[in-house]
Amino acid sequence: MFTSQDTTLTLPKKVLLLGSGALKIGEAGEFDYSGSQALKAMKEEGIHTVLINPNIATVQTSEGVADTIYFLPVTPYFVEKVIEKERPDGILLAFGGQTALNCGVELQQSGILDKYGVKVLGTPVRAIMDTEDRELFVKKLDQINVKTIKSEAVDTVDDACKAAAALGYPVIVRAAYALGGLGSGFCDNETELVELVEKALSFSPQVLVEKSLKGWKEVEYEVVRDRFDNCITVCNMENFDPLGIHTGESIVVAPSQTLSNEDYHYLRKLAIKIIRHIGIVGECNVQYAFDPASMDYRVIEVNARLSRSSALASKATGYPLAFVAAKLGLGYGLFDLKNSVTKVTSAFFEPALDYCVVKIPRWDLGKFHGVKREIGSSMKSVGEVMAIGRTFEEAIQKGLRMIGQGMHGFVENKELTIADIDKSLREPTDNRVFVISKAMRKGYTVDQIHDLTKIDRWFLYKLHNIVATADELETYDSLEALPDELLRRAKEHGFSDFQVARAIFKSHTGSGSEISNLVRTHRKAAGILPVVKQIDTLGAEYPAQTNYLYLTYNGSADDVNYLHDHRSIVVLGSGAYRIGSSVEFDWCSVNALMTVKQQGWRSVMINYNPETVSTDYDMCDRLYFDELTYERVMDILEMEQPHGVILSVGGQIPNNLATRLDSAGVPILGTSASSIDNAEDRHKFSAMLDRIGVDQPRWKELSSFADIDEFIAQVGFPVLVRPSYVLSGAAMNVCSNNEELQRFLRLAANVSQEHPVVVTEFIQYAKEIELDAVAQNGEIKVYAISEHIEFAGVHSGDATIQFPPQKLYVETIRRIKKVSQKIAKALNISGPFNIQFLAKDNDIKVIECNLRASRSFPFVSKVLKLNFIDIATRVMLGLDVEKPGKSAFDLDYVGIKASQFSFSRLQGADPVLGVDMSSTGEVGCIGADTDEAILKSMLSVGLRVPSKAGGILLSTGTAKQKADMLDAAHALHNNGYRLYATGGTHAFLTDNGIPAIKVYWPSQPDMQPQALELLHNKEIDLVVNIPKNLTETELTNGYRIRRAAIDLNVPLLTNARLASAFIRAFTRMTVDEIEIRPWHEY
Amino acid sequence: MRDIKRAKLVLEDGTVFEGKSFGHESSTSGEVVFNTAMTGYPESLTDPSYEGQILVTTFPILGNYGVPPHREKDDVSEYYESDHIHAKAIIAQDYSYQHSHWLADRSLADWLREEKIPGIYGIDTRALTKHLREHGSMLGKIIIEGQDEPQLYDPNKENLVAKVSCRSVEVHGAGERTVVLVDCGVKHNIIRCLTRRGVKVVRVPWNYDFTSIPYDGLFISNGPGNPDMVDATVDNIRKAMEIGKPICGICMGNQLLARAAGASTYKLPYGHRSHNQPVRRAGTEKCFITSQNHGFAVDSTTLPDDWEALFINMNDGTNEGIRHKSKPFFSAQFHPEASSGPKDTEFLFDEFINML
Repeated sequence: MFTSQDTTLTLPKKVLLLGSGALKIGEAGEFDYSGSQALKAMKEEGIHTVLINPNIATVQTSEGVADTIYFLPVTPYFVEKVIEKERPDGILLAFGGQTALNCGVELQQSGILDKYGVKVLGTPVRAIMDTEDRELFVKKLDQINVKTIKSEAVDTVDDACKAAAALGYPVIVRAAYALGGLGSGFCDNETELVELVEKALSFSPQVLVEKSLKGWKEVEYEVVRDRFDNCITVCNMENFDPLGIHTGESIVVAPSQTLSNEDYHYLRKLAIKIIRHIGIVGECNVQYAFDPASMDYRVIEVNARLSRSSALASKATGYPLAFVAAKLGLGYGLFDLKNSVTKVTSAFFEPALDYCVVKIPRWDLGKFHGVKREIGSSMKSVGEVMAIGRTFEEAIQKGLRMIGQGMHGFVENKELTIADIDKSLREPTDNRVFVISKAMRKGYTVDQIHDLTKIDRWFLYKLHNIVATADELETYDSLEALPDELLRRAKEHGFSDFQVARAIFKSHTGSGSEISNLVRTHRKAAGILPVVKQIDTLGAEYPAQTNYLYLTYNGSADDVNYLHDHRSIVVLGSGAYRIGSSVEFDWCSVNALMTVKQQGWRSVMINYNPETVSTDYDMCDRLYFDELTYERVMDILEMEQPHGVILSVGGQIPNNLATRLDSAGVPILGTSASSIDNAEDRHKFSAMLDRIGVDQPRWKELSSFADIDEFIAQVGFPVLVRPSYVLSGAAMNVCSNNEELQRFLRLAANVSQEHPVVVTEFIQYAKEIELDAVAQNGEIKVYAISEHIEFAGVHSGDATIQFPPQKLYVETIRRIKKVSQKIAKALNISGPFNIQFLAKDNDIKVIECNLRASRSFPFVSKVLKLNFIDIATRVMLGLDVEKPGKSAFDLDYVGIKASQFSFSRLQGADPVLGVDMSSTGEVGCIGADTDEAILKSMLSVGLRVPSKAGGILLSTGTAKQKADMLDAAHALHNNGYRLYATGGTHAFLTDNGIPAIKVYWPSQPDMQPQALELLHNKEIDLVVNIPKNLTETELTNGYRIRRAAIDLNVPLLTNARLASAFIRAFTRMTVDEIEIRPWHEY
Repeated sequence: MRDIKRAKLVLEDGTVFEGKSFGHESSTSGEVVFNTAMTGYPESLTDPSYEGQILVTTFPILGNYGVPPHREKDDVSEYYESDHIHAKAIIAQDYSYQHSHWLADRSLADWLREEKIPGIYGIDTRALTKHLREHGSMLGKIIIEGQDEPQLYDPNKENLVAKVSCRSVEVHGAGERTVVLVDCGVKHNIIRCLTRRGVKVVRVPWNYDFTSIPYDGLFISNGPGNPDMVDATVDNIRKAMEIGKPICGICMGNQLLARAAGASTYKLPYGHRSHNQPVRRAGTEKCFITSQNHGFAVDSTTLPDDWEALFINMNDGTNEGIRHKSKPFFSAQFHPEASSGPKDTEFLFDEFINML
């Protein structure tokens, strides 16, 4: 595609790319996007690519993206093994986040890269170290008189206190070599400092203490440099929140809105000066703190790699940063490359935006027990959305709907209860922006809010405009009275039809969809319609056949001439990553788009998540970067007039639209909306199961305590309780006795006629089994049955899943197939679906059925090497699909899908697993047997095999759980591990002839040795802590041990079955017995 | 609620865009041009090169950071590019009634009203830009609700340089070496860039015969309109080329130097007005992002043998600068003084000063 004008350019033949592993807070889908782009850039040069990434759900680990794929941990040990085997001549370190970068630095420092003659492509490791090591960084920038935030690098708590005293409080503490601000925070006094520094030092050998610049603006630039020293800044971005709130936690706006030309170019020039001096080749970002009252600045940091911000900048501008950075790494000049949107103009340019982009983080803090809701200098959000508009008001309101937490925009939401508005403004939580809304409605002025939040007044003025429009709308009581001009302004300010409806109809009793439809009909009659605009990188200066689109009410003409040929197939994406829905649905969406295209249809995507590959405009024929609300989807469908719409590959968001789209006459491809409703509606589904003779756990929807007691009298404890209205904490809980039930229902929920509770019998020690399948007209075409390692009770998204199953009775499998076929028939399924089962002995019960692709589709597809989404898409396109002649029984290897948790990011959260999902990502590894696959996957999610010198701390729960773990304890002892155990576990081990050292709980402070002390003294290498029950002391004691393990970065297991499997694996084989085998060799 | 008057833009081909008035409430007309810069409205509005033009900003949100104070330093404006607004009007998608910036002392709307310049928002500037791109720059008029329709006005039929140039010789800065600056509508940052480098700047009117005064180097400024209207300056440049002292030109200065050398210029379909124009130094691997504002260009193929292209636009291949193969004469079509826009090519001032 490109011909370099430099004839001396010699390209490597084989390049190794390091991925970022499982999605975690601070390192998420953006690196699938970056890595995929880099691989594409290599591929079109004819370079053989080798990828190491255990994240099996990613697009980059799909067939055809990289040539050779290893599902192995991205650690120096495994990367060296792969290098030894593959002998690549080049390595790319900048596309797999901090994980890949850190790994690369270690490999360089230990001489491995030199030993095997592997050349680092792009930014040299020397330059990376100059940016990563704070002290080197400050020195480096001092050389060119660029101001940094001066900090003291310390490696002891004492030195930290001295440094802070000298700088004066408040100070900020940062851990060096850490991703996403891990272990960082503000300290107002010495007590807070000691607590934080101790924790940070457990992650990082060095901690930085620096003066806080709270209230300054935070601005960043994405900068690109080639080896000829040509530089561009592709985008700048401004944080809505002032310094002090991590960029990942802040609303971010692109381009900057409050910088004058002089400010903008002053910082731009500095950014270029910095990257020239550091010697970046490729892409990096420069983050500034900028004084709101002068042109004073400090450089916060430079990331010498692709980052979350660079993914956002790519999506915000249409400039493919990762692709270009990869090409520059090969030695091309920017002048060699073309703008991939216009195809004719140069890639050496800076995008001109003619729209405004707003990124909003998505938090899921409600899923965790004990977590602090305050947001600050360390990242807690699990996903993000990007909204595009031609006014700030439009963009932010779109974005607030996109985050998918039941909000309709900035106004017209369910009333928030906030005890102390001033405090909530001063100490921001994940609710921050809605607190501002509330304050404005209460009459707070922009100046008052600015004083409390330090958010630039410009943003507040804009938000206030939205409130003013809402106030004006509310003066009308009917659509007939509402002036068209005001309705138009509301739409220009990003109001949804629902928001308008709520403002006009107030306490109207109709359903949300009814009143929104009234507005929609009225609005269309008045000719108030959105227009479609292109993102073309050059502000319309050059003609561009771009397919990257968004909708806006701030415009009068469409950029697209629709052919209305009914050749479009619209695929609805999965929205913001959140706990329970992330990269796996992106993989599904991308694969559906590819099949649609292959089959000769126009592939159309709607999605708004900047971290995804599905929102790469290269992946489809038309990309609408826009909302997945009924209103916006209908707007797009009315423009597109497609042949059909695919709802079943983007997770629950599109699935939930089925009924409404169906009643609007939208052609839904695959399983019908009424079948989807029959599976989603608990009552209908249950009745159907009864009708076709399929067993299910007994359950009832109840609205009084008396009814609950009566039901429990029949089924017995434990029960699974699901309130329909949750006051705080988790939405679901298992209650083992009356005390727990009372506590959960009285404290956390609300039981009434309006808010009934679903109570389900909870079957203990049952196996949980999943079926992922594709059916056509009710007949199963392809299926995969997998088993959970853990017993039922751990959310399927947190469970460790084994495929093909190794420990199921043939009889169980046969029954599952039979039942699944019955259900497929009854619901006349055409497309992907997933059923979850409980199995005890050979009895199976259905617990859930989703008529859409599930989280495990990429995992089973890749292990079986049979693309379920391709098959499902062909079914939905109406093509005849043959049953593949391949079966899981033929596989002579095992796949394990393991979950990645991000508890270390979530200060205070109890790292215990339950019926609500709490993992943020997953890996999938393949091994010759369960042991090997378990070991690979557990190492991939960050566990370490304990060293013989270190001890293992056991507190293994109930008698049954203790017995379950007995074999594992024996294995540990026989392998020479030193065991520590708390009271009950100690007694049990001693009785069974296993020597262990007795340790004491925090509730027995006078006794020695203390479990917590051992942890703090780094004498423990692995903690197995199985919560026995939900009693107060048990929870507190266990919690403190578990939390300490997380905070001190000691591997922790809280499930007896998983702990046993892991222990069995590492006591039966060593890490160097793990086979270094790529996917295609299995 | 604000009392907002409707306003519309009517193009010479009859296309109408409806919007709302936020500036001075008076109808006007001029040549409609678009600029894709995302910042810099105070600089652009006061840039004399916009004389006679209605400026359309493709970045949709306007007025965010207000307007800096009208202050002078060393006899030039401190934050503006001249002492008043030269554009005839400004058009955007959305106007920010409230602004926020420590340096601002009033809003854009207040300033426009002070200077009697209309502003319109609520216009689909992307659609308007595409229209201009497809049909070329065109004349247009702004009609404020309830006011009479003005006549179309074509600034290109006028000698705009004569209109915006200084009337008498002015001296800026101090130094041992003297640079004569021919003011064809000079942006104040060119003067700042020169005086900051320790030279005395003698700023002369566009048609002034500066060959009568002693100087060490000649600088020909930017300016509005058609370079073919500016013969007097071309004649003086020819004389200066005989003298042989270093010559540097920017924008209009590039076009006039080219004409003096014997080359010709032509009107671009819709010009280059942005902060992101890529240029390459001819025959090198050095590329620069530049700020540009011009509707005319030098035809490189008409350059005589002893001249060559110095810079080339990487998007459309148009000429971005010329130089004499042996004598110290060179010029740039883009704006090394930036303001507004990227400052990456300010080193050209150093190259010029080093020749003196």
